[in-house]
Amino acid sequence: MAELRLHGRPASPGLAFSKLFVLPDRSSEAAQQPSGDAAAEAGRLRRAIAQAVQELEAVSQAAAEDAREILEFQIAMLSDEALSEPALASIAEGEGASASWAAALDAQIADYESAGDEYFRARAADLQDLRDRVLNALSGRGTEAVPAGTVLVARDLQPSRFLGIAWGEGSAIALAAGSPTSHVALLARARGIPMVVGLGADVLHVASGEDAMLDGESGTLVISPDAQTETSARKRNADFSRRREMAAAYALKPAAMPGGERVAVMINAAGPEELQPLDASMCDGIGLVRSEFLFHDGAHLPDEDAQYKAYRRILDWAGDRPVTIRTLDAGGDKPVKGLTLDDEGNPFLGTRGIRLSLLKPEVFRVQLRALCRAAIHGNLKIMLPMVAVPRDLESARAHLDAVVAELQVAGVAHKRPALGIMVEVPAAAIAIDRFDADFYSIGSNDLIQYVMAAARDIATLADYADAADPAVLSLIARTVAHGRQTGREVSLCGDAASDPAIVPHLLQAGLRALSVSAASVGLVKAAIAGALPG
Amino acid sequence: MNTAGTTGNAATGSVLIAHEVGLHARPSVKLTKLAKSFASKIELGLSEAGPWIDAKSIVKVMAFKAAKGSTLHFRADGGDAAAAIAALVDLVRRDFDEGHGDG
Repeated sequence: MAELRLHGRPASPGLAFSKLFVLPDRSSEAAQQPSGDAAAEAGRLRRAIAQAVQELEAVSQAAAEDAREILEFQIAMLSDEALSEPALASIAEGEGASASWAAALDAQIADYESAGDEYFRARAADLQDLRDRVLNALSGRGTEAVPAGTVLVARDLQPSRFLGIAWGEGSAIALAAGSPTSHVALLARARGIPMVVGLGADVLHVASGEDAMLDGESGTLVISPDAQTETSARKRNADFSRRREMAAAYALKPAAMPGGERVAVMINAAGPEELQPLDASMCDGIGLVRSEFLFHDGAHLPDEDAQYKAYRRILDWAGDRPVTIRTLDAGGDKPVKGLTLDDEGNPFLGTRGIRLSLLKPEVFRVQLRALCRAAIHGNLKIMLPMVAVPRDLESARAHLDAVVAELQVAGVAHKRPALGIMVEVPAAAIAIDRFDADFYSIGSNDLIQYVMAAARDIATLADYADAADPAVLSLIARTVAHGRQTGREVSLCGDAASDPAIVPHLLQAGLRALSVSAASVGLVKAAIAGALPG
Repeated sequence: MNTAGTTGNAATGSVLIAHEVGLHARPSVKLTKLAKSFASKIELGLSEAGPWIDAKSIVKVMAFKAAKGSTLHFRADGGDAAAAIAALVDLVRRDFDEGHGDG
């Protein structure tokens, strides 16, 4: 079998080689037949809840401090009658205990999943945990044992389940859904268990027992890795602890090349929450804020105030460091229900990024207003995605002019931010001198897929996605050279900058500003300093 | 922003949440535990006009999803109402005794 590569979000760093173990999805299993006796069903539910609380208390007594706090939260939720009230009401109307409990908890889970704040969204996993634990108690079935030293594959993983598993050498976690801010991700990081979340439903169709490699740094799961992948990954694994030490040593220092020349290392961010645990002195600013974090499927579009507050929190975190916020980059692989067009045959070549914003000026202008208002609180810059021709930039600039004039007339405090473009469509890179932007930021992920004509989401074409390909590097060098000649700042944000092996090529192409994932800052700085082995 | 008032057996108070992630899991556990240590009926709202929920129920407190920067309003009714309000406002003002946390 050829190797299959799945990409998700990194949740806990580290590399694991082991066999897959797929956890069966219980949520769709048929409920037991109700007895038809409401009082008996209510009694069964109360006993099952009491049993679940006892189990959690037992796990809690054996758990470490961080785990105990999470379990204490779960125990408090489960002991609160407000949680079981809707289920008991439905039992009184003739439903069975299992169905009533599942429905009541599913409603709560859906409520948390729709929360705008990622921390509250992540609590859905805690509620699923409680749902399944009580359902298991009701059915009298135990939970199946997870073999030690396997890559556990599941839709999502619940904290108490995590704590009940004997993790060992080679253990790792691969989730179809999940969040890097979940309780489980917190526990996995604390225990050094590599973990990747958001791999998508495809991961659930793999078979237990397959060989797999999970890379928690890049957020990749490779099934049936071939010899070459395995060799290079094993070599990286051998370097891993050394690299971790190097990364820690360089993380908080300004980045400089061996000759002493400074390189700005900024971070990419997808919202204010993920910044909170980080120390801003680790970076030279935020080179890319993906404003899509504000626009969730199904939810109504964020209003101006909600956006303003979110941008302001990011600026507050950054202090006087620059913060480049990309206007909504929906479409392509990031559809937003109710906003993006869903009848396009090839969404990567479709109405995405600035094209969508110009098509929906009522949405775009709200974002521009919020950005101008937030700009008085820090060093904010606006970046436009998917610019292909100068009129994309000029049309956006006209909207910005209009918004600034509106705010002026209304007497609302604001500031006009610098307006730059992402260089990710080859047309922009090739004819970069046509674009009168305040700054350029090379979006390497899309630039590579458009230059190589190889879609990012087709695993078998992954070899084409090479940031070090001469065609890609020449477009980067071209953009850097034009920026130098005309005094415009050029940076690169994209996965290429987070890859220590690619960093020397980017410096060679003339780049002196990189924006990387927060988890890669130390390694990238070490790579810039030429301090990494091999 | 901390205010408090008492009339008869009823008391009210309000306080701004400074906790990084708002009224989250650990802070909610602490808040409801503290509320339960008082005999008075204690309610929580995000505005003076309500809606009000039972401050002793963690399920309801979490369902508020109160973010950093929200103002919490408490109202209590009972023999120890004033003491309850003072203790709850103080807990929030002390940032739930935990400063930065993400749990």
